[in-house]
Amino acid sequence: MDDLTLAGGFSDPAQQSAQAFRAVMSALARPGRIEAVRGAEPPAPLSPAAGVVLLTLCDPETPIHLTPSFDLPSLRQWIGFHAGAPIAGADECSFAIGPWDELLPLDRFPQGTSEYPDRSATLIVETPLLEARGATLRGPGIRDTAELSLPEIVAFQRNARAFPLGLDFIFTCGDRLAALPRSTEVA
Amino acid sequence: MYVAVKGGERAIDNAHAWLAEERRGDAGVTELSTEQIREQLALAVNRVMAEGSLYDPDLAALAIKQARGDLIEAVFLIRAYRTTLPRFGHARPVDTAAMRCERRISATFKDLPGGQVLGPTFDYTHRLLDFKLAADGEAPRMPAPPAESQPVPHVTGFLNREGLIEEAAPDDTPPPDLTREPLEMPASRPLRLQSLTRADEGFTLALAYSTQRGYARNHAFVGELRIGAVAVEMDIPELGFAIEIGEVTLTECETVNQFKGSKTEPPQFTRGYGLVFGQSERKSISMALVDRALRWEELGEDFTGAPAQDTEFVLYHADNIQATGFLEHIKLPHYVDFQSELELVRKLRREAGAGDTPEQMEAAE
Amino acid sequence: MSDDYNFAYLDEQTKRMIRRAILKALAVPGYQVPFASREMPMPYGWGTGGVQVTAATLTPDDRLKVIDQGADDTTNAVSIRKFFERTAGVEVVTSTSEASIIQTRHRIPEEPLSDDQILVYQVPIPEPLRFLEPRESETRKMHALEEYGLMHVKLYEDIARHGHIATAYAYPVKVEGRYVMDPSPIPKFDNPKMEMAAIQLFGAGREQRIYALPPWTRVVSLDFEDHPFDPSKAEHPCALCGAADSYLDEVITDDQGGRMFVCSDTDYCESRRAAGHRGELAEDAA
Repeated sequence: MDDLTLAGGFSDPAQQSAQAFRAVMSALARPGRIEAVRGAEPPAPLSPAAGVVLLTLCDPETPIHLTPSFDLPSLRQWIGFHAGAPIAGADECSFAIGPWDELLPLDRFPQGTSEYPDRSATLIVETPLLEARGATLRGPGIRDTAELSLPEIVAFQRNARAFPLGLDFIFTCGDRLAALPRSTEVA
Repeated sequence: MYVAVKGGERAIDNAHAWLAEERRGDAGVTELSTEQIREQLALAVNRVMAEGSLYDPDLAALAIKQARGDLIEAVFLIRAYRTTLPRFGHARPVDTAAMRCERRISATFKDLPGGQVLGPTFDYTHRLLDFKLAADGEAPRMPAPPAESQPVPHVTGFLNREGLIEEAAPDDTPPPDLTREPLEMPASRPLRLQSLTRADEGFTLALAYSTQRGYARNHAFVGELRIGAVAVEMDIPELGFAIEIGEVTLTECETVNQFKGSKTEPPQFTRGYGLVFGQSERKSISMALVDRALRWEELGEDFTGAPAQDTEFVLYHADNIQATGFLEHIKLPHYVDFQSELELVRKLRREAGAGDTPEQMEAAE
Repeated sequence: MSDDYNFAYLDEQTKRMIRRAILKALAVPGYQVPFASREMPMPYGWGTGGVQVTAATLTPDDRLKVIDQGADDTTNAVSIRKFFERTAGVEVVTSTSEASIIQTRHRIPEEPLSDDQILVYQVPIPEPLRFLEPRESETRKMHALEEYGLMHVKLYEDIARHGHIATAYAYPVKVEGRYVMDPSPIPKFDNPKMEMAAIQLFGAGREQRIYALPPWTRVVSLDFEDHPFDPSKAEHPCALCGAADSYLDEVITDDQGGRMFVCSDTDYCESRRAAGHRGELAEDAA
């Protein structure tokens, strides 16, 4: 195990994960809102924001799927050491991480069941651009409308149509993140 | 002039101080030590360990002392403490066949290998108050020290050889854990057994009794009841083998139940199973009867509507910490919801011309 | 703050499990997410669900307000507030507008909440269908199939019998046109406030469920066209602050049938009196 693996975790897990969770919750409860987070310095190509999300939400109970360009020994070791989360296939993961084009197609991921719609995956989408401009969002958490830069539209429309089943998305870019739950209508 | 009630904080502090004083009782009477509770109220300690799901006689004794002898309150203290403990790993399944039995009886065979060992039981005592205990009696002497006991075989094993009792095949699937995952229906047998071993003794007893009186009667015989110490072993990955980390006393009950056979199974006996921390005979027998009643579906029996057959009913109401909390919460203020009911009843009465009909009373429930 | 326990009492793995449940609850508003509720050092039924949700949500920078029946000074509210003072070292407040997290039992504060606030409800029975169908396996199917006919039948039977829907608190709502949800035992007077700027989180410890409403989620109290929902309350002003728009407690003042009505929201009432409003029985009223 090298130094890169051991470094980059939370220095004060209880407080830093509490603050990070509030940022993630705020983003998910208000689609379109962009939050800044800090505390994690994961090895590339994982962004600090995605690292924070992992440290805050993942542990041995949450299998993680890494897309091809993220499935690197350095990342596997960092996740294993800091979160203890097992690496899993797309069809059995709780979280998946990677760039948008590598996450497709989305129907590979658990969508939840009609009795347990919560048993669906959360996708952490690493994006080069994140701003409150672009697609128009409507739904819970949004008073009228909001906007968010999304990698495409159709996939999210299809996801929302399956409500209450479907995936939830966290977009990460550097030290910032935004989120799009399945309940949001995208146009 | 009305002044809104204030001072909740001071009231709580005062109540705590009073409680502490009451707990101690008359200061002229010697204080009870936790060692005395552990040694002399051992069956209370056992019950608190069983329903608290934590094997630690010293902590259970402390909880009983702190709870002023209220065993459900003591179980609560243990449960609340238990949740703060880190989980280092899982023990291997304990081997009750290797138990050092201090008591072992079978109701189905007069004599059998290993013999009938009565052990320390109330069974044949006459329930006459012993006034010698009220005076400071001398420590009673055991007539002869028991020989070092050898492992004794399970009674159901004898029936198994003839194929007369259903097989309980070994299964290495990790059992679910209701302390780590939300209870989910339908519940598998391991989950039901975990729930029952922590269940309130009184509730389990009443359900078991109801099966004997005909609410899902299943004709149980105590095939075997054994009490004794078993070793707890844990696999240590770094070592590559298991080491013994301690010892627990358990009560195990296996019942042999009548079964007429079904479309897929020939007539044979079936099993009910009870396993409880400490010497807890009543609880383990009750557990075995309720376990057997809950197995109606897998054995292809009819659901007769009996409470002991109803998994949701049994599992959702067996936990005395959940039950007592919710029951006692109705002591908390409810004046907001009561006020809304008051307004509704007044409105309904106004519209009905102030007639006080039973239907309107019902609406206020 | 006590160092004997982890920040906000719960261990990190438990908090992660609760946090994941909260996020799924926000993603599917009104749906009850099962979670492995832990045994807390206070009894089930006394707010263990709300306490676990608050514990998983608190940061050291928060200002926590705890109310029971609308009041900061009721004994159980005091007890829960003390618990977090001791285990999380957070600042506790009674002012609604100053609080960043408000844990509540049975009320929504009168003062509208803002979008940087979180309201955490203590929930005794989260399943709105439970009193119509006691089996969890059945109610879960009913939610899955959106089969809420039984609830409408029950409400309609009330109307046939009493001329009104005879539910005065814990009045069921439909969330975003999909899930029927129990708003916890708040008076129906509070139901219309649920479309609000703050995040609303609901925790049921004994029943092991968490559910949530993101800000401005559509929350509709169930009703019928010819019997619209009516959030009425006692038709009196508060005897202390004179407010005509607040939910009132009825206080018995003597054994001759004397009574008075005062705000159940103590902070609201005190703020109004501090601003010079007076009711007919206020100390310095004429």
